[in-house]
Amino acid sequence: MTFLQRLFGKAPTDLEQSDPNGIETAPLDPKTIDWAALSNHTLVGTSQSTGVERAHNEDALFSMIGSSSGENSVPNFGLFVVADGMGGHRSGEVASALSVRSVAHRLSADPLLQLFDLNGSAESLPVQDLVRRALQDANKSVVSKVPGGGTTLTVVLVLGNQMTIGHVGDSRAYVLTQHETKVVTRDHSLVNRLVELGQLTEAEAAVHPQRNVLYKAVGQGSNLEVDVETFPVPKNGFLLICSDGLWGVVPDKEIERIAWGAEHPQAACDELIRAANAAGGPDNITAVLVYFPPT
Amino acid sequence: MKRITKALDDITTETSQLGQLEPGVTLQDRYLVLALHGAGGMSSVYRARDLHFPNVTKTVAVKEMINMATDPSMHEMIIRNFEREADLLATLSHPAIPRIYDYFTHESSSYLVMEFIDGKDLEAVLQESEDFLPEDQVVKWAIELCDVLDYLHHHKPQPVIFRDVKPSNIMVDGYDSIRLIDFGIARIFQPGQKGTMIGTDGYAPPEQYRGEASPPGDMYALGATLHHLLTSRDPRAEPPFSFSERPIRDINENVSPELEATINAALSYDPADRFPTAEAMRTSLMAVAKETGILVSPRTAASAGQPRNEVQEVWSFECEDEVRGSPLVVDGVVYVGCYDNNIYALDAKTGDFIWKFATEGGIASRPASDGELVFVASEDTRMYALSADKGTLAWTYYAGGPIRSSPVVSEGHIFVGADDARLHVVNMFNGSAAWKQEVAGPIRSTPLIVDERVYFGCESSDFYCYDFRGELKWRFGKARRGITSTPILIEGMLYFGSMDWSLYALEAEAGWQIWKFRMGRPTISSPVFSEGRIYTGCADGRIYAIDSKGGREIWHFQTEHQVTGSPTIFEDSLFCGSVDGSMYCLDMRSGRKRWQFQTGGPLTGTPTVSDNRIYFGSNDHRVYALLT
Repeated sequence: MTFLQRLFGKAPTDLEQSDPNGIETAPLDPKTIDWAALSNHTLVGTSQSTGVERAHNEDALFSMIGSSSGENSVPNFGLFVVADGMGGHRSGEVASALSVRSVAHRLSADPLLQLFDLNGSAESLPVQDLVRRALQDANKSVVSKVPGGGTTLTVVLVLGNQMTIGHVGDSRAYVLTQHETKVVTRDHSLVNRLVELGQLTEAEAAVHPQRNVLYKAVGQGSNLEVDVETFPVPKNGFLLICSDGLWGVVPDKEIERIAWGAEHPQAACDELIRAANAAGGPDNITAVLVYFPPT
Repeated sequence: MKRITKALDDITTETSQLGQLEPGVTLQDRYLVLALHGAGGMSSVYRARDLHFPNVTKTVAVKEMINMATDPSMHEMIIRNFEREADLLATLSHPAIPRIYDYFTHESSSYLVMEFIDGKDLEAVLQESEDFLPEDQVVKWAIELCDVLDYLHHHKPQPVIFRDVKPSNIMVDGYDSIRLIDFGIARIFQPGQKGTMIGTDGYAPPEQYRGEASPPGDMYALGATLHHLLTSRDPRAEPPFSFSERPIRDINENVSPELEATINAALSYDPADRFPTAEAMRTSLMAVAKETGILVSPRTAASAGQPRNEVQEVWSFECEDEVRGSPLVVDGVVYVGCYDNNIYALDAKTGDFIWKFATEGGIASRPASDGELVFVASEDTRMYALSADKGTLAWTYYAGGPIRSSPVVSEGHIFVGADDARLHVVNMFNGSAAWKQEVAGPIRSTPLIVDERVYFGCESSDFYCYDFRGELKWRFGKARRGITSTPILIEGMLYFGSMDWSLYALEAEAGWQIWKFRMGRPTISSPVFSEGRIYTGCADGRIYAIDSKGGREIWHFQTEHQVTGSPTIFEDSLFCGSVDGSMYCLDMRSGRKRWQFQTGGPLTGTPTVSDNRIYFGSNDHRVYALLT
């Protein structure tokens, strides 16, 4: 029995190891991975595809992880970002890329450096304020540099055993545990707002012609209200951040099956993107999948 | 294709990059463009002079619509729409609607020539005012707006629905009168007819998203506009249809409850719940104007009245001094310390006296028990272990200063903090010291013990995490005042209050500060958790419910004095005492009061719930038992 079979109690699916865009690359060979050694580590996969119907990719992603071990070691650190741009004349891709860069700059400076400072510097903001400010800074950059452009922006900052999520738009963060799969962000779409108000059912929303209309996004105006919440990291579970090119196309049950069935989050991400393209690939697809160990 | 609900400033930028008329250009050999006056949607508005009146300066507004559509049918449709606006305006005659003089097409653009309104729109008025707009001013405008909307809705042969009421479409002229501008999307009302969604997000009523337009839709948009004017909170920056989450008087308490109620009615989700006509809303606004005198009389605070006890007392027991500490209930016995230096054991059912034990100082803390022994800490610097059944002394432990922290039993040891700036860890069976840890100041916070780690606050403003070997794991030093509050740990997050007026949420592994919630005064109350919310009291007299994940207030309840004790949750009720002398029972989810029980002195401790009864002490020297 492989490590993952023991870990997840399920037989891993035999995945076809081909590139999601149909371009052949050398697949990861699971045999070369020392699973036992990796079991105590956070594992990350990222994948992206333009999709079948679009000519340009307007999505952007960022992933950074720091792990250490040893007595009194540095706590886990991770920064994961997904942005889904919008707007004509390529302003969508500029807006998403600029936002990701801005957030990564802001959030790798303050918290990362403090992480290595044993005494804890005198002045620092609460983590939620850092995250909120990072998204607001990204918004300012987009408003001033990319008129007409906008983007969704979902940012997850992992510090120790807590992850703080800053979010605007309709990309999503999921938490997958062995008990449940749940969306921990709120879609800022008009259709979802109508669902929240009990005016539409989930099923009606899924096919609503205005489901792509957002009421809140980076680049919309000078003041941006950001959703910021903190959750415990899912021990022996996953964090998934993805654009609507994935969640709007691949059902949650299927996402769950792929995440738990794969041999590594990277293989799972590739498979998720393949599943979205197989379902028509109507939009750009981005997925970041993070596995957190049991302890 | 994904798109954002549009903010106007974006479009303005786009338009300004398009072909724009330079001052000095003359259109139709008649209209001399003087300056760009404004831009919005697909059009620009210029201030121009009508040269047919050479002897006087007749200023007109020229609205230019640039047709960028390359698709011929689209191009045609845009021109038709613009003509429709012209036709519509030509049939309207009302002092609040600008008059139309001319309409023509030139090259790829169409032009409307209208009355020039010398003034500014309400969006600009809002931006320029530092304070909230005064109620009487807003009511006056609202009444005028109802007038003009009523005129439109009763237009013959067919009613006109404006569909885009919002501050930027309302101008105030030099006489402080309202003018409605931009009839670009106004439409003739045909009952039951559906059209495409147009309007402005934030102001547009929900049914407009289904393509429906009717008079109550304009009432909603007017309500949204008035909400914006009175609160300065831009609805375009908020989730749609979320006005009920931002009650006007929560933001601007100068607004009268009558006006708030009128606006709320206009903002009802269901059109059937709104004012059926503009006339009905006008009537309501007139009543507000009369009621408040518009000269706005200072509102008298609702008189509190004499509080009466709405709940049954089961029993009460009189001690010889104030009961400031918190009771412990184990196996049908209530153990409670008192400022008469005694710890009392009382029968929980009847309140009958079982035993008492005299220490040499006041008891401010809550006793602890393992079933056999009861541990009580006193301001006489000692901690006592007493037999639970008779109150006979098993051992005494001496700290170096008064003990105001409550003892905690874990793994065969008692953990307690003292004013000697030490955390004491004492063998439960013989009272010998296992270890002590010196910190920067007195410890009055009760230690929290989870997974072989000890968490506690300190009067020095530090918060500590030690492991069971007495090794420091981390220290949090960013609070600015002492931490007397006892921490709780929920899903890897620590929550505690500080005398620096804040409630802190820290990541428990390394002490990262995740959020901080600011209250109105210092707090020494210990938070409790239920259903994703943190509840705590504060010296500002409030009991707060705070979202545990985001650090946002869900509700607060105002008592008449400081809240120094801590809340207790039982089922869906929250119990909390106040220095005003009352025990409050609130609906945990809404913060609404269920009952209040008045005692003869301040309540400073934390109630305990057991077997559907609530137990607490009061500074009126009594211990009370009530039915929950």
